[in-house]
Amino acid sequence: MSTLEVPVGTRELTLSQAVNEAIREEMRRDPTVFVIGEDVAEAGTPFKVLAGLVDEFGTARVIDTPISEPGFTGIGLGAAITGMRPIVDIMFGDFLTLIMDQVVNQAAKIHYMSGGALKAPLTVRTTLGATRRSAAQHSQSLHAWVAHVPGLKVALPATPYDAKGLYKAAIRDDNPTILFEDKMMFTQKGPVPEDEYVIPFGVADVKRAGEDVTLIATSSMVYVALDAAKALEDEGVSAEVVDPRTLVPLDRETLVASAAKTGRVIVIDEGHQSYGASAELAAAVSEGAFWSLDAPVRRLGAMDVPVPFSPPLEDQTVPTPERVVATALELVGKKRS
Amino acid sequence: MAATTDLPVARELALAMAERMLRIRAFEQQANQLYLSAKMPGLTHLYIGEEAVAVGVCSALRRDDTITSTHRGHGHCIAKGADVRLMYCELLGREEGYCCGKGGSMHIADHANGNLGANAIVGGSAGIATGAGFSAKALGTDRVSVCFFGEGALGQGLLYEVMNMAALWKLPVIYVCENNLYNEYTSYEDVTAGEITARAEAFGIPAEVVDGQDVFGVYEAATRAVARGRRGDGPSFLECRTYRYQGHHVGDVDRAYYRAKTEEEEWQATRDPILRIAGHVGAAAIDELREQVEREIAEAVEYALNAPFPDASEVTNHVYA
Repeated sequence: MSTLEVPVGTRELTLSQAVNEAIREEMRRDPTVFVIGEDVAEAGTPFKVLAGLVDEFGTARVIDTPISEPGFTGIGLGAAITGMRPIVDIMFGDFLTLIMDQVVNQAAKIHYMSGGALKAPLTVRTTLGATRRSAAQHSQSLHAWVAHVPGLKVALPATPYDAKGLYKAAIRDDNPTILFEDKMMFTQKGPVPEDEYVIPFGVADVKRAGEDVTLIATSSMVYVALDAAKALEDEGVSAEVVDPRTLVPLDRETLVASAAKTGRVIVIDEGHQSYGASAELAAAVSEGAFWSLDAPVRRLGAMDVPVPFSPPLEDQTVPTPERVVATALELVGKKRS
Repeated sequence: MAATTDLPVARELALAMAERMLRIRAFEQQANQLYLSAKMPGLTHLYIGEEAVAVGVCSALRRDDTITSTHRGHGHCIAKGADVRLMYCELLGREEGYCCGKGGSMHIADHANGNLGANAIVGGSAGIATGAGFSAKALGTDRVSVCFFGEGALGQGLLYEVMNMAALWKLPVIYVCENNLYNEYTSYEDVTAGEITARAEAFGIPAEVVDGQDVFGVYEAATRAVARGRRGDGPSFLECRTYRYQGHHVGDVDRAYYRAKTEEEEWQATRDPILRIAGHVGAAAIDELREQVEREIAEAVEYALNAPFPDASEVTNHVYA
């Protein structure tokens, strides 16, 4: 069943509310869970995602820090390996660049380097995504950077349902996890069950079933793909939308199965296209479904330019439903010809 | 019984400190031999000359207190109570090593004894140590966290970020700066502005300069800092002035371009921490301990040289918990 349908016993939540609820429930469940970051307490983050947590849990567990990303990430890591489950809030994905030593050299490797003696159950929450007119240092989608490093787990929830379930899995995971939320999706609504559930990492979700072309899409690109699928329907093309949900671990089987079924694949991801997550996803289906493919796998990523400020410039840089439709028709057209 | 005057600590404790310092020195001398005889892969950074810092500080700690260590970390590991056999196994990449042979010299960790790991990024463990202090407080324990780092780490911004938060939140962290005078091959004076202790004092962290060759002096300063941490009064900073007898790493043998041979000789002849404790507990006691420790070290080396390497399948184990 697609997670976009509204079954009995659910309510509509925004993605922001779903993240908030997941963290709130885990903080109630486990007293070692805490949130640390810039303006996470009274401010509830600039996007208000964590609003109200401090009222329930106090400033000892929802901790405002100085503007010192490497410092509070390191403190989170140290707390993680000594019995706690921190959620480190990195306000913008662009600031991941500031914490790369703590994440890449320290958190990702500590379990392995210690021969399994130490564990780092650290959750990092951050953002990705352009088109908010935030220019080059607040708009990047850097998930491929961390997905490249063994020892880290990486999730890109697209729906409120997925966000809640993946957050709960991440917080309970004994490994460092990094979750990216698209800043443009915080008000995106979707059904979320009342009852407790957890979505394991490494399980892709077919957001829409189809026969002619597979659209593998991550994060907010899922909505781009769904819009494109709707438009393609009018053209008589049936598109399947598959959301990997987590890049690490990656559910290659579901991607390959869809590719084998439709024979045509477009990967849509908001990271820069060169050396991006889209390349790994495309390689996964090329390797796994080569003999079933009717056309080369296509990629639609962000343009290989710093994100520009000016709206008409910025809007060109990201994949759009129109580009997905055009690419899909091209793929199908080749088959018809 | 060897006569000494004004022993600042109980004789039993003094002898325990002497034994640990001797164990570190003997361990490092053998590590150097293993490297020179090509039996040890990679490289290593020897702690010889700095023994009083690790032993003085760790003698003030409980087993459940945590430390983070550096690329020059064997001394901290031994001082915190590690088994030298398992350490040699790690240095030689053997399965029985503390990290299954996956960490090596620069990443030894000994979780059971509170050693959260050596770190090959200069200053890289400042956050981890401060986080261990955070959890000590948040979980309602009275354990303390020690962050060992060389004076080279004073160049890293992370240290100041976490000292700021440790001071703000009164975390039980003891920042121990082992000032061995050289950032690799560069005199620290060439790259360090102002007074080192002033950097901690700027955050309101009590800081003191300690003679790092005097194990009792280090122990006393550490004891004060530990008590402060356990009381909930927050972090402390110790600058321990010490000296690295060997090069930055085992291959750094031609050192005349950055420091004079006479300087090295003077530190060894007049300020050696083991000679100094011998002056307190007596040469005979030291000789006896040295003999015992050297026998133990020789056996440990032999043990590790004969220990099996990890199975090839181990390469993918422990990537994820």
